[in-house]
Amino acid sequence: MSDDQNTEREGLRPNERYRGNFPIVVEGLVNRFGDQVVHEDLSLKVKRGEILGVVGGSGTGKSVLMRSIIGLQTPTEGNIDVFGQSITEAEPDEEIGVRCRWGVLFQGGALFSTLTVGENVEVPLRQFFPEISDELRANIARYKVMLSGLTEAAASKFPAELSGGMRKRAGLARALALDPELLFLDEPTAGLDPVGAAKFDALTKELKETLGLTVFLITHDLDTLYAICDRVAVLADKKVIAVGTIPELLATDHPWIQEYFNGPRGRNASRSQQCSDLQQADGIVIDKAGKSGN
Amino acid sequence: MDGVTSFEIEQGENGSNRLSITGALLVSTVGAIDEGLEAIDQPLDSVDLSAVTEIDTVGAWIICRLSQRHDLQVEGASERAQRLLHAVQGASNDADLSPPRAPLWVRVTEHMGTKVANAWTGIVQVVGFLGQILVGLWQVMLHPSRFRMRAFIRQLELVGVASLPIIGLMSFLIGIVIAQQGAVQLSQFGAEALTVNLVGRITLRELGVLMTAIMVAGRSGSAFAAQLGTMKLTEEVDAMRTIGISPIEALVIPRVLACTFMMVLLGFYSSIVAIIGGAVVGELSLGIPFFTFLDRIKDVVPVYDLWVGLLKAPVFGLIVALAGCYHGMQVKGNSEEVGRRTTQAVVSAIFAVIVLDAFFAVFFTKIGWV
Repeated sequence: MSDDQNTEREGLRPNERYRGNFPIVVEGLVNRFGDQVVHEDLSLKVKRGEILGVVGGSGTGKSVLMRSIIGLQTPTEGNIDVFGQSITEAEPDEEIGVRCRWGVLFQGGALFSTLTVGENVEVPLRQFFPEISDELRANIARYKVMLSGLTEAAASKFPAELSGGMRKRAGLARALALDPELLFLDEPTAGLDPVGAAKFDALTKELKETLGLTVFLITHDLDTLYAICDRVAVLADKKVIAVGTIPELLATDHPWIQEYFNGPRGRNASRSQQCSDLQQADGIVIDKAGKSGN
Repeated sequence: MDGVTSFEIEQGENGSNRLSITGALLVSTVGAIDEGLEAIDQPLDSVDLSAVTEIDTVGAWIICRLSQRHDLQVEGASERAQRLLHAVQGASNDADLSPPRAPLWVRVTEHMGTKVANAWTGIVQVVGFLGQILVGLWQVMLHPSRFRMRAFIRQLELVGVASLPIIGLMSFLIGIVIAQQGAVQLSQFGAEALTVNLVGRITLRELGVLMTAIMVAGRSGSAFAAQLGTMKLTEEVDAMRTIGISPIEALVIPRVLACTFMMVLLGFYSSIVAIIGGAVVGELSLGIPFFTFLDRIKDVVPVYDLWVGLLKAPVFGLIVALAGCYHGMQVKGNSEEVGRRTTQAVVSAIFAVIVLDAFFAVFFTKIGWV
């Protein structure tokens, strides 16, 4: 009874997509490892339907933030709500009805090495919805593999047989297995060649638009930030020092933000983005995604 | 009502059948209606989605499949449903998820053939590896400054000194067991005094070195394989090569030499401790005073028993180190391979040691060292 009331109030009902405005709300997060303080009173809200890029120097706790949100890391203090459910109050492995609503792409893909790509995608389906028939589950898995931009033949391959870029896509296919509303991507374009990275960006954006995803994206890739992120959150000094669109961030005068976006790489990324905007405005169609279907 | 997904078929005025679906069409709910939808065998003309509250790609895929099978008109789809239906179109469904699998008789014969071929190439490779070590040793002898003294001493410590407690304990207990069990049997002939002969000869000649070799194979042979295997995986070995350091000289030779040398000392140590264990039993339960027991050893054990043990020891040491280093250097691919190769290193080392020990037994008997 009380359980029901709780979900009513928080606006998360079974078999219904989340209708609230902020699928992720982080308040007063503190993460401390021994003497080392990673986060100090960190707060962040992610809007529904946006791609939020999270940037910050190495060691500023981007991955720790993501691990805290998905419940892999219990924070020292603070509260994190995902879809209105508190992650921090739940036990580490307690089922609070949000795990089947998110998908996570880890940095190295984290595919199960003894299973093929297709079987990897089937794992979450089997775990959460055992009532689905084998045939339907196989069909769903196949579809997800293709949705991630892999060929059909890749579904029966083992992760060790794939290239780095294909492994990322396979990881994405597994993250999308349950049709999540929230997608976490940890440096999805790291280690990809520029062409592959641009394709992955385009895929992320396309998926976000078709499936109505909210994307929490950790990245170092300035091109990704310019190309697909709706807003960018900057982690520095143990907290989120600014959240906003890139022009809004450029208007602030924090030295790290200035250095980040106005350094040589930042300027290049900005210039190339302006270039492609111009070309598109001129009616030159650039198929950045390079999709074979179009 | 809330959350229950259902479907029904309505008869239209002009005889057309219309399937209408109510509720959420999500991955969490389709399991309940999928079979029912599959089982529809009457002709359908259209599907009505206006009562569908939620839809995801799985729901869209099911509608897509249904509409293709019955050639349906999709009606009442929300904007999101239309977008998803469009997105899932063109997804084919005949690719295999499991790895390709040959028929049983092909797999069995292929597996056997691979085993046979591998056994042969394995022998060739081990001999090649031994050759590489010998060449490396020759190079080191020509240029003594290239010998890795620090690595050698470190390995002496790891293989030898660090294993003294465990080998000592094992040998002491083996000495006790042999003396105690031997005395029980020999007392049937009233020959308890021969327990001294039994303990002295069997430990110096056979068990001291053999048990030590097995222990070192488990302790150091596995460590060699795991260490070198991990270094192969992390490309440390390749990095060495590019800098111009021969991995054989830097990694393998110190280990092989340390293991060969230490096995002699450890084998001797093990025999001595086992004899002490026997003497303790003699003192406590056979009525042979401790020092008398040790004194008798000198008289009843011929000195060539010691040589038998000490001649076997370096050979066993070489085999253990060779197996460990060889399997370590063969690792490629993933971390699972490290585990497999480590197991193989230990198993093949122990096996080779026991087989060779049998050869040695026959050989030394033939030359008159009985």
